[in-house]
Amino acid sequence: MTPAIVLASVFGQFSDGLDFLVHQRESVAGGVQVGGSTMWPLLGKHLEVVGLSMLFAVLVAVPLGLYLGHTRRGDFLASSISNVGRSVPAIAIVLFFSSYLGLSLVNLVFAMALLAIPPIFTNTYVGVRQVDGDVVDAARGMGLSGLQTVGKVELPLALPLVFGGIRTSVVNVIATATLGPFAGVVTLGDPIINASVYGEAGRIGTAILVAALAVTAEILFAALQRAVTPAALRPQRRGLRERLRTSPRLAQVADTPT
Amino acid sequence: MLPLAQVHIRDRTAQDPSCVAQNGFCPDWIRDHIGDYMSPLLRHVELTVVSVLAGFVIAFALALLARRRRWLIGPVTGVTGVMYTIPSLALFAILLPITGFGFVTGVIALTSYNLLVIFRNIMAGLDNVPEAAKDAATGMGMTDHQRLWQVELPLAIPEIVAGVRVATTTTVGLAALAFIAGAGGLGQQIITDIVFKSNIVTASVLCILLAAALDLLILGAQRAALPWRRAAG
Repeated sequence: MTPAIVLASVFGQFSDGLDFLVHQRESVAGGVQVGGSTMWPLLGKHLEVVGLSMLFAVLVAVPLGLYLGHTRRGDFLASSISNVGRSVPAIAIVLFFSSYLGLSLVNLVFAMALLAIPPIFTNTYVGVRQVDGDVVDAARGMGLSGLQTVGKVELPLALPLVFGGIRTSVVNVIATATLGPFAGVVTLGDPIINASVYGEAGRIGTAILVAALAVTAEILFAALQRAVTPAALRPQRRGLRERLRTSPRLAQVADTPT
Repeated sequence: MLPLAQVHIRDRTAQDPSCVAQNGFCPDWIRDHIGDYMSPLLRHVELTVVSVLAGFVIAFALALLARRRRWLIGPVTGVTGVMYTIPSLALFAILLPITGFGFVTGVIALTSYNLLVIFRNIMAGLDNVPEAAKDAATGMGMTDHQRLWQVELPLAIPEIVAGVRVATTTTVGLAALAFIAGAGGLGQQIITDIVFKSNIVTASVLCILLAAALDLLILGAQRAALPWRRAAG
């Protein structure tokens, strides 16, 4: 085959994939309509799983990170949780939960929340720990209680990093939710995993959709992260990022692809 | 719904029927069948090692280019950053029409995830070389080329190795999904029987052990190569 023919074939498969997303068609075995508007329930379920597991992860990881960061305990936990978290395959956790606890949306959400917690926890912890000790002392001196110090000083100063963690986790969770069919939840992963039902076009089209979803979430949450950074902090952000980039230990806090 | 076209990979009747038949966690079964996991494990190692090496070579070349042409840092980080964001399951599927079903597709996708981490760490390592060391090298009459290879890169090794370690453990985890690309590995072994706990646990634990083993291996190699840093750990 000449390169031109290969290129044309690749282009054809991609445009067929995109066509799958906009127009319904019969499934490979026949009898069932797939693609087009039948994709909405899959997208809805995907986003539902992402939303629920993120909610759960944030509710667990942020308070824990704030507490351990405030009390200055948990250096070991913060560094080991992200190291271990990275090497555990997402599919292992999802299947482990579904095989031990059964196939259900709740179990999938629980498994995915476990994957989403480490980046949020570590970033929150590091965010609180990097707050200047003098600032905390000043807050104490002004008579703020422990809880007030957390709420009025440490959390606002840590917010950019907290949102950095949330951003990492959202992208991870959007990716991991594609494994939903293995836990009996029909997410956007279904056409990718079950190409024998949806066809090659379904696999490619949905893969493009999931990729677009992840990139959109990344851009959206990057903007959100900038928005929650207090104006007074923005010049300081550079210093923070510089430190993140240059310290090997802190650099490991940075995100993990899924 | 998932059409569970499951291949029950083992003959279970020969073993304790109560445990295996109930898809339980059966140490006896694992002991008898651990040998079946060695070939997927080996494939997993191949996927990881080839992808990390390829990622390192590309990131290293990009870093050497960006060292002289600083404006390249932004575009390189941006493009590799977008690659990093794309979910691996989706990337494996997107590559299928282009590179086909097999090992190569798995390696290309996994390589693309290593670029950002390794590139970022090489640049950070080179940027952190003390100015005094560079001045001393220049003062000793070293050419730019000599200074790079004999002073800057050796001093940057700890950060470069840190990047390679992160890339390696990440790749071990991601390679578990390479079965979508037809590249095999332990993920392939996991999905051959997704309801049998012994199978899931064995393959997953092998994944985690592999990540830990490769990480220790790299750490050990670094310590052997940099005796002057041993005290610092």
